[in-house]
Amino acid sequence: MSSNRINWFKYSSPATFYPLAGKLVPWFTAIAVILVVVGLYMGFFVAPTDYKQGEGYRIIFVHVPASWMSMFIYLVMAFWAAMGLVFNTRMSGMMVQSLAPTGAMFTFLALWTGAFWGKPMWGTWWVWDARLTSELILFFLYIGYIALHSSIDDKRRADRATAILVLVGVINIPIIYYSVKWWNTLHQGASVSVKSGSSMASIMLISMLIMALAFWAYTIAISLARVRSIILDRERDTQWVSQLPEIKR
Amino acid sequence: MFKAFYTVVMRDLLLAMRNRSDILTTLFFFIIAISLFPLGVGPELNTLREIAPGVFWVAALLASMLALERLFAIDYADGTLEQMLLTPQPATILVLAKVLAHWLITGVPLVLLSPLLGLQYDLSLEAIQVMMLTLLLGTPSLSLIGAIGAALTLGLRGGGVLVSLLVLPLYIPVLIFGAGAVEATVSGLGGAGHISMLGAIFLLSLVMAPLATVAALRVSAE
Repeated sequence: MSSNRINWFKYSSPATFYPLAGKLVPWFTAIAVILVVVGLYMGFFVAPTDYKQGEGYRIIFVHVPASWMSMFIYLVMAFWAAMGLVFNTRMSGMMVQSLAPTGAMFTFLALWTGAFWGKPMWGTWWVWDARLTSELILFFLYIGYIALHSSIDDKRRADRATAILVLVGVINIPIIYYSVKWWNTLHQGASVSVKSGSSMASIMLISMLIMALAFWAYTIAISLARVRSIILDRERDTQWVSQLPEIKR
Repeated sequence: MFKAFYTVVMRDLLLAMRNRSDILTTLFFFIIAISLFPLGVGPELNTLREIAPGVFWVAALLASMLALERLFAIDYADGTLEQMLLTPQPATILVLAKVLAHWLITGVPLVLLSPLLGLQYDLSLEAIQVMMLTLLLGTPSLSLIGAIGAALTLGLRGGGVLVSLLVLPLYIPVLIFGAGAVEATVSGLGGAGHISMLGAIFLLSLVMAPLATVAALRVSAE
């Protein structure tokens, strides 16, 4: 009976997850590097110049995937936070902790590249538009998460306290996503949607999607590498860590 | 259940009355913060009238945030909070009672004082009315949302600064719609939409925030 059921919790233990993460990191790193090179080449040299926005639009290949990732990583964090609260698994909290700096980085990148895009297009670095403001709030939420987590010494308690914070903050994600629809402000509407397809040339769309995939692979690689360090840090007193070949040396 | 609610509210109010300086500090912070702006910006009445909604709301935000520390800290320090969490009454009710008492102590005085300060800023009667209404609707949401932050940072070093980092981003929607309602009224657009949004935020936080606060308290108090 139990033999033909999948053991969903097999990799929820740090001891089994650590080697798995170690095997996956080089693969995702390689995928990320290849896709970034291909995506940037296509974005900067193959894609045609936009008839309205000129060359300045090319920042889209970084800006849009970074904004997607900033929201998506928060959702993944919220998922792991909920898992951690429900099943009380140790890995969940570590996953949330390892994703947060990357999420904050992408949020900052989205705001930064957005400013670069805004200057030539709108004539200003920053406007207090609904989408920009809610993205800024998202950045504050990431920072708040990191600050709260680092100020609690007991890491298990930190995991549970921050999980509540992450779940409270998740209400911001739909607000960012729909802000351009709800409030008709300066930030342009989505260029890509599932229903009506894309309003861009297909070569631009393909390069943007390649960049998005590259950022995905980068996020997976970096968060797995980071979670390995977190595992070692938290489990340093355990038997299995002292048996690891890289520790024994 | 209602008896427990009533007992906690009365107890917190009694404690606050015995230690009145706590209430007055928050109130005077609100007054001083608002009085600073005309000195900094200059006494031009047209400018003051324009910035008044924003200034009042930011000051109310900061005042209610400063008061958050006392919400659970004293009960946590002497062990009362732990006993409260162990009682058979639902902890959400007790948290709601504490938040209500906190709002009566720190939120209501701000609402009552705002017309007086509004006169300093030469606001019209209509604008002052809308301002009071938005503060009346908005400050309970601030107390409810702030309780989550207060519960999360209970007993941590540097708790006060940390609370601001956690709570202020969550306060922003209240600020936008609260100040927006007054501005829309002043400019003749009518603030009904903003006020409805404030009401929606209040109802949502009334339902959700106590649950999150109780979960955070259980993490902090174990």
